Amino acid sequence: MKYISQMLYILLFSLLGEFLQTVIPLPIPAAIYGLVLLLIALSTGLLKEEKIAETAGFLVSAMPILFVAPVAKLLQFWGIIGPNVVAICVVMAVSSVLVFAVAGLVTKCCLRKKEDKNDG
Amino acid sequence: MMADFLPGLSLFSLALTFGAFQVGLWCQKKTRSPICNPILIGAALVIIVLLLTGIDPETYTEGTTGLSWLLTPATICLAVPMHRQLKALKKNLPAIFVGVFAGTITSLAVVFGLCRLLTLDRTIAVSLLPKSITTAIGMVLSEENGGIASLTNVVILLTGIIGNLMGTTFCKLFRLSDPVSRGVALGTASHLIGTAKATEIDPLSGAVSSLSLVIAGILTVLLFPLVCNFV
Repeated sequence: MKYISQMLYILLFSLLGEFLQTVIPLPIPAAIYGLVLLLIALSTGLLKEEKIAETAGFLVSAMPILFVAPVAKLLQFWGIIGPNVVAICVVMAVSSVLVFAVAGLVTKCCLRKKEDKNDG
Repeated sequence: MMADFLPGLSLFSLALTFGAFQVGLWCQKKTRSPICNPILIGAALVIIVLLLTGIDPETYTEGTTGLSWLLTPATICLAVPMHRQLKALKKNLPAIFVGVFAGTITSLAVVFGLCRLLTLDRTIAVSLLPKSITTAIGMVLSEENGGIASLTNVVILLTGIIGNLMGTTFCKLFRLSDPVSRGVALGTASHLIGTAKATEIDPLSGAVSSLSLVIAGILTVLLFPLVCNFV
């Protein structure tokens, strides 16, 4: 039953993340610490990818379904959104488009510059 | 009411979530339209079923806590696709960092500016500011600086949904054709929910998006107190 041991490794890294979150006084969630630790463990060869591969793949591909319940919960927050709904939607829509465009286009420019340098 | 006939409500909540998501997946497959987003359709169906059956939304939420516990392990597992793309990530690290930095500044500046323009009060402005980063960081930042954590939770989810829903359309619109810029845009603008989309588009986009959401989260933690001084 490789899935059990794989899940165990993943849970251990989650716990390590939770531990760091309680020890380090920064508003950074356990998942970020855990992700960084797991990436270090994988890239240093401390943990072989085969030890977690299938279960990790399943969890990553199943991630979207984990957001169904939180989004459905928006119904309960109508009291907070309701009075400012138009303003909030404007801020959301405008900033989402702009952040997407700036982040993507700046990266694209940087990549292109680097390519030009390499060519020249 | 129908609620009385369903004593196994936590199992019902799980089955409802999976069923609603499956319908969403089916709609996406049939129509191939970005509007048919499985998260959005799933959540809408759940809301409809809850309203029709009279089941208390709290009960539904409680029934799905098992799923929410999986969120941390699932996020941590993003390290695996990142590890597979480590070479490409290292090679493109400067471009990724500059892109995420520009996006994070844009997010804070635009939200700040719009809140001023629309004369939203400080509590709301502070609650909206962390909208592009992952929920766990955003809610804490908002609360520490006088915002409403649950409002922040709402706007973060909505931002994620916008990215997940419109991601491919935005990529076409802004001519982002390479996986690295796509990943940076999705991860910076719409955190984990955008990253879920990026992993569907391309493995490298997914890895870049994961890295971007980590960098964007940490940058926002560092910049947030500065911006809050001006709000």
